[in-house]
Amino acid sequence: MGAQVVPLESLLSARTVWRAGRQAAPAPLGESTGFAALDALLPHGGWPHKALTELLIPAEGVGELTLLMPTLARMTQAGRLVALIAPPFCPYAPAWQRAGVDLRYLEIVQPAIQSGSRGALWAFEQCLRSAAFSVVLGWPSSADGPSLRRLQVAADTGECLGFAVRDSRHADNPSPAALRIERVQDDWRIRKCRGGQVPSQGFAPPSHTALPG
Amino acid sequence: MLWACIRLPHLALDAVLRDVDDPARPLALVTGPAQLRTLHSVNAAAAQAGLRPGMRLSAANAVSAETALHDHDPQRDERAHRFLAAWAYRHSSLVSAQWPGAIVLEASASFRLFGPWPQLEAKLRRELDALGFQHRIALAPTPRAAQVFAGLRDGYALSDRNALAPTLDRVPIRRAALPDEAGVRLHRMGIRSLKELRELPRDGIRRRFGLPLLEHLDRLYGTADDPLDCYQPPDHFDARVEMGYEVESHQALLFPLRRLVGDLAVYLSARDGGVQRFVIRLEHEVLKREAGVREKSHTDVQVGMLAAERDAALLMDIARNRLEQASIDKPVVGVRLLARELPPFVPAARDLFDTRPSQAMPWPQLRERLRARLGDDAVYRIASTGDPRPERAWRMADADEDAACNAPAPVRPPRPTWLLPHPVPLRQHGLRIVSGPERLESGWWDDEDVRRDYYVLETPQGQRAWAFADPGKRGEWMLHGWFA
Repeated sequence: MGAQVVPLESLLSARTVWRAGRQAAPAPLGESTGFAALDALLPHGGWPHKALTELLIPAEGVGELTLLMPTLARMTQAGRLVALIAPPFCPYAPAWQRAGVDLRYLEIVQPAIQSGSRGALWAFEQCLRSAAFSVVLGWPSSADGPSLRRLQVAADTGECLGFAVRDSRHADNPSPAALRIERVQDDWRIRKCRGGQVPSQGFAPPSHTALPG
Repeated sequence: MLWACIRLPHLALDAVLRDVDDPARPLALVTGPAQLRTLHSVNAAAAQAGLRPGMRLSAANAVSAETALHDHDPQRDERAHRFLAAWAYRHSSLVSAQWPGAIVLEASASFRLFGPWPQLEAKLRRELDALGFQHRIALAPTPRAAQVFAGLRDGYALSDRNALAPTLDRVPIRRAALPDEAGVRLHRMGIRSLKELRELPRDGIRRRFGLPLLEHLDRLYGTADDPLDCYQPPDHFDARVEMGYEVESHQALLFPLRRLVGDLAVYLSARDGGVQRFVIRLEHEVLKREAGVREKSHTDVQVGMLAAERDAALLMDIARNRLEQASIDKPVVGVRLLARELPPFVPAARDLFDTRPSQAMPWPQLRERLRARLGDDAVYRIASTGDPRPERAWRMADADEDAACNAPAPVRPPRPTWLLPHPVPLRQHGLRIVSGPERLESGWWDDEDVRRDYYVLETPQGQRAWAFADPGKRGEWMLHGWFA
C-alpha cells in the first residue's frame, strides 16, 4: 500500500498529533497572553501563532478586551500593527492608551454600512492574509463555518494572531479555530485547543473583577 | 552619437487593435469623405479575407461582411505617437517624434544602462510587442540615416561613422525619404542613387529643388547639425479608449480600463513619478430623439489614494474596486483616464532579508485596497484629545497624524474601552453600582455643556457598564460605554 513514512517530529510540530500528558508541552510556541495563569492552561503557553482564536461571549462588555489588552499593548509598543475589524462600538482612545496600547499602531477598519457584513469578513480575511499585522481582531457577526475556515487559513498564510469575537450561542457549533475560549459566568473556559487536551479548570482574569476597566 | 529609429508602419491600425478585445478578428479602418469611403488600412485577418487598403468601402462590404469597420481618427494616431514618445523616453533622454510614423532616440548614452545595442534593441522590440505596435528598428550615426535604414531593412545597425557615407551612397533614390517627393522627381530625371545625387552640382540642385533638399542631404550624411524637436514629457496623463459599442456592465469596462491603467503605469515609470489621484471618466452618448442630436455626458469615478503609487497591478486593483462601486445608469461609449497630480514616488524600502511570507502585502497597499472597496472613511486611527466630555475626548486620526495618536490623554478616573456613539437608555433590572459617582460638568464654552454623574454598573450577565444619570439622581441610567 502507499503508506508514507512521516517522522513523528513533523507531525508534532504541525500539531496534528500531540502527546497526552501535561509535561510534554513543547517550548512555548505561543504568544504569551500576559496572564501567567492562562498561559499555563494553554498547550503552547499562549495564544496559538498562525491561527485563529475564537472568543465566545454572552454579551459585549464582559471582559473580552481585558483578556486581549496585554497582548495588544505589547505588540503595539513593539511597533507592530494591530487591526480592529468592524468593532461593535467606538474604541475609546483614552482607555486604550491607559491600557498601554500605542495608538499609532492601532488601525481600525470599519466598513461603511452599505458594504455590510460581507465587507467586514472580506476586510478581516485581507488583513489576516496580508502579514502586515501582528494581531487582527475582528467581530465577524455573520461568519459561518466556511468563512471561519477561510479566516483560519488566512491567519496561517499571513502568520499572525487572529481573534474572532463571537456570540456564545455559536459555542455548540463546530469551528475550525485553533483555540476556542468561552466566557462562562466570571470564568474563561477553554472549549477547544489544538495541540493539547482541553483543560478542565477555567481562568478568572484578575483585572476585570478587581478593577473597573 | 548613435541614433535609433523606430518606424511604425501600422501606427493607425495598431492604435485601434490594442483597444479591441480580439485583435485576430478581421478589422479595417475607413477614411475619406462620405461619398468616397475607402479603406485606410486592414489587419492580417482582413487582408486574408481579400481586403486591401485603398479599396472602396462598398467593394469591401461585398468582399467580406464580417469585417469590423472603424473610422480612422488622425487624433488617435497622434495620441498613440505621443504615447510611444513617452515610452521611448524611458530608454533615452533625447527622443524625437517630429517625423510622422517614426520615433527617433539617441541610443549610445543608454548603452551603459541597458547594455550594448543588440540587448537594447531586443528590449525595445520586446516592449513594443507587449504594447502591441508593429515596428522596424535601425541604428545609424545620424537620425535621418537611421530613418532611411529603418525603412530599408529592419534590424540594420551601422555604428561606424566612416562607413556611413559609402553605405548611404548605395541607397536607391526613391527609398531615401527625401522631402517633397523629390525622390520620385529625381528618379524620373534618371538619378538612381544618393551617390549620383551628391555628384550633381549643389548650385543646380538648389535652384531646381530648393534649399530644403540640400539641407536634408547634409543632415543625412552628418555634415551639418540636425536640430531635432526633442520630446518633453507632459506633466499630466490623459488617455482615452473608444468602445465602438455601448457598454452597460462593469465587466466589459475592465478590459479598456486595464489598458489605460497599464499605459498610466508605463508613463509614470518614465517620469519616475507616482499618482495619488486620478479620474476614470465614463463617457455617455444618448440620442435625443426629438432634437435629433446625440447628447454627450459623462460620469466621473474618482480614485484617490493616501500615498503616491505606480505599480500597475495595484493601480488596477484599486481602480477596479472603485469602478465596481460606481453605478452605470447610462450606456458607456468611451473611457478616459485623467491624472493631473503626479507627485514624486518614493518606493517603500524593504529589508533585504525580510522573512515575511511571500503573499505579504505592505500596509499602505492594503489600506488602499480596503479604502477602495469599503469607502474612503473605512480605515482610521484614533487619538485622545484634552476635552473632558467623554464623547469629545477622542477623535479619528488620519494616516499622517502620528503625533496626535501619540499624545497622552489627561489622567482621569477609569474609562471604558468601548464608547457608544450615542448614549442609550439602560433599562435592566438587577444593576449593581460598582463605583461612582464621578461628576462631569463641562462644556460651557461652546454651548454644549453637560452635567452628568457617571457610575460604573454591573449587569446580571457580568457586563460592566459605564452609565450616567442626571446629577444627584440614580435610576434613569443612560448607557455610554462598556468596560470590555
